[in-house]
Amino acid sequence: MGTYVPNTREEQQEMLKAIGYSSIDELFSPLPKEVLLQKEVLLPKEELPNRSFHIPEGISEYEVRSKMTKISEKNIVFKSIFRGFGAYNHYIPAIVKQVTSKEEFITAYTPYQAEISQGILQSIFEYQTMICELTGMDVSNASVYDGETAAAEAVLMCVEKKRKKIIISETANPEIIETIRTYCNGLDVQIVIAPGKEGKTDCEVLKTLVDQETSCVLLQQPNYLGQIEDAEEVGKIAKGKDAKYVMSCNPISLGILKTPAEYGADIAVGEGQPLGLPLSFGGPYLGFMAATEKMMRKLPGRIVGETKDSEGRRAYVLTLQAREQHIRREKASSNICSNQALCAMTAAVYLSTMGKQGLEKAATLSMSKAHYLANRLCELEGFDLVYSGAYFNEFVTTCNGNPDHLMKQLEEHCILGGYPLAGKQAGNILWCATEMNTKEEIDELIHIIKEVAKA
Amino acid sequence: MKLIFEKSKAGRGCDILPSCDVPIVELDDNMKRQKELHLPEISETDISRHYTELMKRTFGVNDGFYPLGSCTMKYNPKINDEMAKLPGFSNIHPLQPASTAQGCLEVMKTTEKYLCEITGMDAISFQPAAGAHGEFTGLLLIRAYHEARKDEKRNKIIVPDSAHGTNPASAAMAGFTVINITSTKDGYVDLEELKKVVGDDTAGFMLTNPNTVGLFDKNILEITEIIHKAGGLNYYDGANLNAIMGIARPGDMGFDVVHLNLHKTFSTPHGGGGPGCGPVGCKESLIKFLPLPRVEEENGVYKLILEREESIGRVKGFYGNFLVVVRALTYILTLGGNGLKYASENAVLNANYMMHKLKDIYKMPFSEPCMHEFVMTVEDLKKEKGVSALDIAKALLDYGIHPPTMYFPLIVHEALMLEPTETESKETLDYVIEILREVYEEAMTNPESLHQCPKKTPIGRPDEVTAARNPVLRYHF
Repeated sequence: MGTYVPNTREEQQEMLKAIGYSSIDELFSPLPKEVLLQKEVLLPKEELPNRSFHIPEGISEYEVRSKMTKISEKNIVFKSIFRGFGAYNHYIPAIVKQVTSKEEFITAYTPYQAEISQGILQSIFEYQTMICELTGMDVSNASVYDGETAAAEAVLMCVEKKRKKIIISETANPEIIETIRTYCNGLDVQIVIAPGKEGKTDCEVLKTLVDQETSCVLLQQPNYLGQIEDAEEVGKIAKGKDAKYVMSCNPISLGILKTPAEYGADIAVGEGQPLGLPLSFGGPYLGFMAATEKMMRKLPGRIVGETKDSEGRRAYVLTLQAREQHIRREKASSNICSNQALCAMTAAVYLSTMGKQGLEKAATLSMSKAHYLANRLCELEGFDLVYSGAYFNEFVTTCNGNPDHLMKQLEEHCILGGYPLAGKQAGNILWCATEMNTKEEIDELIHIIKEVAKA
Repeated sequence: MKLIFEKSKAGRGCDILPSCDVPIVELDDNMKRQKELHLPEISETDISRHYTELMKRTFGVNDGFYPLGSCTMKYNPKINDEMAKLPGFSNIHPLQPASTAQGCLEVMKTTEKYLCEITGMDAISFQPAAGAHGEFTGLLLIRAYHEARKDEKRNKIIVPDSAHGTNPASAAMAGFTVINITSTKDGYVDLEELKKVVGDDTAGFMLTNPNTVGLFDKNILEITEIIHKAGGLNYYDGANLNAIMGIARPGDMGFDVVHLNLHKTFSTPHGGGGPGCGPVGCKESLIKFLPLPRVEEENGVYKLILEREESIGRVKGFYGNFLVVVRALTYILTLGGNGLKYASENAVLNANYMMHKLKDIYKMPFSEPCMHEFVMTVEDLKKEKGVSALDIAKALLDYGIHPPTMYFPLIVHEALMLEPTETESKETLDYVIEILREVYEEAMTNPESLHQCPKKTPIGRPDEVTAARNPVLRYHF
């Protein structure tokens, strides 16, 4: 069995003796006998009495590596990916992986002891600055779990005694809507879904929904169908009734697209995964959250601030802690404690490496490839853009047959095609392109779809 | 040290992406961002050196002893990280068809099975991203359970005053009213108090066991029975599971819902504050309420269950912090059942050894043998010499030791909570014991000097009051 216990059996005996015990079992004498597990932990389950604990004998590192590698090989790593819908296949510069693999960063805890945690604290301060720059907002927190939970925390920040109605556009990612619903399960709030029209939020209907009891309107930009929303108009409708405006954004798009601040948002959130985090079957990702200064003290989670040390040197600390659970307990702005610190650092290294030009380039490449892909797809019979509005790097098309069937065919060429949508959108496909998709790859995809159609 | 923005120089940068091989498409002018974007313009050399400098100002488990109580800062095996980086895990899109992600689903189902064995639960969801997120999810399960039974007046969650701050905060987020109960002077749940507050409005009871003073509650079976008799459910905060793996299980003690912290007990690293993973386990009667999607296996084929009417819904995007689960499974496979038990035994042995070697000078508010951690109080030092728990903590920094958790639990004044974990050797423990004794001696003879600590760290004590009063939360260009 593998172990990371350094002490030998002899040393353990020595320590037991020092305490005045004769055996390890004595250490557990405070436990009621009735709760102790049986000793025969290695017997097959059926031979054990009720109190079983059936986990196989440990194995060497060599064997574990081989076992885990074999399991990983049961997954297909696609050579081309044309699927997004909340998880994006962007290029991750080598330095990003190297820097964030440093043992100190990986193994540290939350920086409670500022004197020996300046590295983590400064990295968060730099991350907060970059998120403010990207979104145009005044303040950022140190991260939350992911884009979905960031959206849920954001709408809850807006709820007030007399404003308990949360309006979410139907064009927000369904996982965002589902997460917000769950977060509101036990709370006295009302969730209203504003309908879409031609792939965007229907502003005419939205106007009729927003009222004096509306706490906020949440809009995703670009929305989950890829369309660029008329976000300024949505903001005006919210503001017209003094409701807050929450925007969920794709951070790569912010290299070129209007910022949430420019659209008038009070809170900007989003999924930070495109900023240097691998697809990882859905996590760990990164929820970013930024707000106007007015809403600063309502932000959930850790926030790092600048101060001075006893000798007047610049220093960083966790601050505004009066908002947090360890101080306020049931009155805290959120229960969040652990967040996604290492993912936030990853995003900061990514943004430093890319710089303004690099991020603009990633955004422009993604947008250009998506448009090339769309144009090529539309050359094919049965494939048409479903919506006519401007889009960034995702778009919806019809399909010449059963989308699942097409995807299966693409799979055989190691291509992960677009996502076959369900519900009202059944039969349509949500495509995505990034700078990772070469022209050659897109042409090959088109060629294969043609072949499939012929067959 | 300089901020990365202060190292920026116009015109510098890294050349990462290729030029565009398709016609370039741009946004219409009215959609373009107007505000200039300030990001560092910096060479790769300088990025590398910047983060190396930050690394040197960071203290990880690899730097030294890290007895941060209730955080289980055990060694993070490197094989775990390597497995998480396998392309067959890290390059998998979450919306790939299940048939092309069988390995990922196998990881989740296998880990679920093992964690059920360890906790005595019947099913586990990995969707919660951290302990507090797990608490919130678990409490929603309790809410859904009562609602499904139309037992709707159950709106109170009972929490002992020794609980982590997340417990009451999570209960409030899940829409419950929090009832705090005091502990006995021995550090246990006060059964009489508990009996007084339970009733037909009790939704549930949250307990960390071993509790936050490091004691296994000897009345655990009575406690869970009191709650069950009143019609409530028992919630187990698994922050301290490292004490009892393979020895006892929450599921056998009357708990209905548990959350675990893979980033504590199962050796996955904390990353300077995350990502963690806070899986939630429950008994059979609550499975139908678990978040979706669920992973199920049939004849060796894994699939995702996306719909179930009674489910509380999703608490996060996709399936949770998957790569953290990969690390935890690697750990469980390495140690095996006996190895996990051996880890817990040694965690408890190390804590008792330290407590024993310190108790003649440091006051232990609870005399019982501890589990994996123990709490000391320097209340007397504070009164007599003006030396606080903070001063002791800061003095340790100069010896390259991470301080214990300070001022927690709230029921002990001037508390220092030590959790050595099983991955520390006797030599390390002896060294730290010696230092703690020296620091105590210094506090008695030269208390003033402790107020000046630390002296050898990159910065001295920071001014936290100014930071909160005049918040500077970003760099201004």
